[in-house]
Amino acid sequence: MMGRLSNARFRWLAVGCALLAPPGCSSNHAAMNPAGPRARSIAELMLGFVSVSTVVYLIVSAVLVWAIARRRRAGTSDDWLQRGSSEQSNVRSRQVISWATALTVLILLTLALCDYFVMHGLSSRPTDSLRILVTGHQYWWEVEYDDPDPSRRVRTANELHIPVGKPVELVLTSQDVIHSMWMPNLSGKKDLIPGHQNTEVLLADRPGTFSGQCAEFCGLQHAKMRLMVYAEPPKQFAAWKQAQLQDARNPSNDIQRHGLEVFESSTCILCHTIQGTQAAATVAPDLTHLASRTTIAAGALPNTQSNLASWILAPHRFKPGVQMPATQLQPDDLAALAAYLASLK
Amino acid sequence: MTEHRNSRETQRPQPGEEGRQWLDPPGFYGWLTTVDHKRIGRRYIVTAFLFFACAGLMALTMRLQLARPNGHLVGPDFYNQLFSTHGSIMMFLFAVPVMQAMGVYLVPLQVGARNIAFSRLNAFSYWMFAFGGIMILTVFALNTGPEAGWFSYVPLAGPQYSAGKRQDFWAQMITFTEAASLIVAIELIVTAFKLRAPGMTLNRVPLFVWAQVVTSFMVLFAMPSVMLASSFLMSDRLVSTQFFNPAEGGDALLWQHLFWFFGHPEVYIIFVPALGIISAIIGTFARRPPFGYLALVLSLVVTAFLAFGLWVHHMFATGLPPLGMSFFTAASILIAIPTGVQIFCWIATLATGGRLEIRTPLLFVIGFFFIFIIGGLTGVMLASASLDSQLHDNYFVVAHLHYVLIGGAVFPLFGGVYYWFPKMTGRMLSELAGKWNFWLFFIGFNMTFFPMHILGLDGMTRRIYTYDAASGWGNLNLLATVGAIIIGLSVVVFFANVLVSMRSGARAAPDPWGGKTLEWATQSPPEPCNFPRIPVVESRYPLAEPELAYVTGLPTQFRAMLVTRLHDAAPDHVTADPYPTIWPLLSALATTVFFIGTVFTPWGLVWGPVPVAIALTCWFWPKAKEVEIQRRVEIKPQAARPAPVLRAGATP
Repeated sequence: MMGRLSNARFRWLAVGCALLAPPGCSSNHAAMNPAGPRARSIAELMLGFVSVSTVVYLIVSAVLVWAIARRRRAGTSDDWLQRGSSEQSNVRSRQVISWATALTVLILLTLALCDYFVMHGLSSRPTDSLRILVTGHQYWWEVEYDDPDPSRRVRTANELHIPVGKPVELVLTSQDVIHSMWMPNLSGKKDLIPGHQNTEVLLADRPGTFSGQCAEFCGLQHAKMRLMVYAEPPKQFAAWKQAQLQDARNPSNDIQRHGLEVFESSTCILCHTIQGTQAAATVAPDLTHLASRTTIAAGALPNTQSNLASWILAPHRFKPGVQMPATQLQPDDLAALAAYLASLK
Repeated sequence: MTEHRNSRETQRPQPGEEGRQWLDPPGFYGWLTTVDHKRIGRRYIVTAFLFFACAGLMALTMRLQLARPNGHLVGPDFYNQLFSTHGSIMMFLFAVPVMQAMGVYLVPLQVGARNIAFSRLNAFSYWMFAFGGIMILTVFALNTGPEAGWFSYVPLAGPQYSAGKRQDFWAQMITFTEAASLIVAIELIVTAFKLRAPGMTLNRVPLFVWAQVVTSFMVLFAMPSVMLASSFLMSDRLVSTQFFNPAEGGDALLWQHLFWFFGHPEVYIIFVPALGIISAIIGTFARRPPFGYLALVLSLVVTAFLAFGLWVHHMFATGLPPLGMSFFTAASILIAIPTGVQIFCWIATLATGGRLEIRTPLLFVIGFFFIFIIGGLTGVMLASASLDSQLHDNYFVVAHLHYVLIGGAVFPLFGGVYYWFPKMTGRMLSELAGKWNFWLFFIGFNMTFFPMHILGLDGMTRRIYTYDAASGWGNLNLLATVGAIIIGLSVVVFFANVLVSMRSGARAAPDPWGGKTLEWATQSPPEPCNFPRIPVVESRYPLAEPELAYVTGLPTQFRAMLVTRLHDAAPDHVTADPYPTIWPLLSALATTVFFIGTVFTPWGLVWGPVPVAIALTCWFWPKAKEVEIQRRVEIKPQAARPAPVLRAGATP
């Protein structure tokens, strides 16, 4: 994909983006650091609009300053109506305004046409694409990789793995309120609306880790409803998918075995699934391969064993308003549970 | 100022019989019962600015929370109430009402009327607005503030996801402000169409009045849409209808269409009156009639029409067909044309006028140009459906909307307050404080909102109560917070200036700036009847004429107002303006009880209207004495109609 872009075009984009993005801002969550053709076409259009706008702004400001400066020295006589009736000056003003208006119309028409063509490109549907169903929940993302064979469907949460160079069709809906999926490096926003189904196409042309975020206000933890996108070379993606298809690992020591017992005997099992165990509820994120994910609770915490323990004990401390209730466990039960969950690679 | 104008000031006749009819009862009772559009207008403006200050403090709290990553000043629940209430107050209780209030005060004066049409209704409108505002501030203080944004998207605002009464109060606040604002719209249209001074043909109507008329028509068409939406929401929440519940066949997107069909014109309802203020100030300061009267008026009308055809650009992310999106992109981009024409006309006016003295009103208008044009250009970017998919609902939009609303409406409004303050109070605002007010606001504003463009492109979404340090957004947010504090200082300077100048500002002449529209023909502040003798208008700028003629022969036994014909303003008949009464206040109180009652029980809908009906009956009960007096001067239809009361009296 990258080969298609001429170097000059690429450099132009990079310079423009550098002007619009100050150093220090994370580049894996920025509209002006595109990682795919869709976001790139928007970023190029953006630069076009910004350039035209800047020129227009400078011209209008300069004329305004000129007009004011010119009249700071004018006479003070109160020949109010005469000023408005001078035929010569009126004709000139009318001419200038007509030309300025015509130019405005021309510029706007050009911009509208550019938008039309970009829009047209964005709305084309790829034929051979990977389908992923994403369902929004307060405040997490349910992800299911579609497959004609039901046994080959992968379910996960709060992260997307996509193969580089292959278009991915996201089928978006919501179980509760309206959410909006935004992964600025890859694509624009698309809403997840209960009772509606939207689609959005992702296409990464370079590997990388990008972050996404809910963009439609959805309640108390709208701020911490993030997701990670891993664009991987096709082989790596296939390996990941294969791993995800497996049932959860069996506990490999006593502590982990005790952890599984705790899981199955406490309230966890009412909401979560762990494939290969008795836990099969779908209210909350699927935990089958929890340890393969990098964050807990849609980006609220880094995924470590100790964070898992803290989270189970008091999720509201980290994400006030989260739907998961606090779970009271004995310290050794908690440690065992965290150890078990941390083993679910 | 020409000689004859000075002579008018010194030889102004003392209020005669006609003036006495218009006096309010003395004291507090008079304050409660007045139907004088000037007292109500002033009160409306002051109340709206108090709401502005409250919502501003909420904004400042949010800025302090976001100053650094992982802020701990407020939690998510309170933060959601803060931004929801901030937006709701600024839009519904400050921006729209304050612009309409400027119209309530100025339109009758500019068209040469003695009062606004339906003056008792005007009093009722003010009380409804004030009670609605007090209600929402009270519930906010009681931790029951709205929590689903000023746009209250369902299902988040519906019964399933917003328990308690927070959203019910929000929906009722909409009902209050809509009633108030629809009433004012009707009054302003009727005042501008039927109460103009004789001779003020449609072609001579001041630009500010045109702006108010256009705005009022937009209110009439836009407000019913949100009224419908909020009524659906109320009934979903109160009596379990399922308008917006997808599980029961309702539709979550229906809300968005209804809301934005109102919500986008709303922006222009705020912006169009500001355009009128700018035309008024620029004409006066450039010492010439604003260039392109017809172009300016038509631009306002075109803006109003287009404003109703682009609501979908708030919904580009909801998954619409591409052709539909392109249509709304084109419509949204189109609206930049009339705005451009107006800006070009104003620049032409400034460039070809007389010597410009940069006083505070003009300074705010110049600030408007520099800020608003940025907002207009980013608006074109947001109109583009493809760019909007990246910019929507992130800080770029926050920057854009404040550039257009503060730059496009609040700056001209401040200019307008400095410009008309002498007329409203009889005293000038301090120039020095005015300059501080302007520069602090201008610098603070750009510091706060310019960085938000970049934050948006860097992925900072709206309505988040906190962010991680790793995001890299910390420094720009800190800058924005410092800017917000500077804006706060500027507003403090403004309030101090108003308070001090009201007591001890320099006395203002009737026409301190050399304005040429009719409000400057009255005293500063105007007498209760505005014009003891109603002027006759012979040109677009009556005060630029050497002589001002007056109508004579109006009855003096009651509050006589002259009704003129719509297009040519020829005198038609004399009508009686009502006297002060307590019933608009009592009716508004009864309506408040009714509205708040329905928040808690559906029975409010049954019993609430009873006291309202009683109060309205008392309000409209005819008074035998007043009817008798009017009957005495009534011209009987069978009698030969005497020549219209218009007689060009000599200027004094």
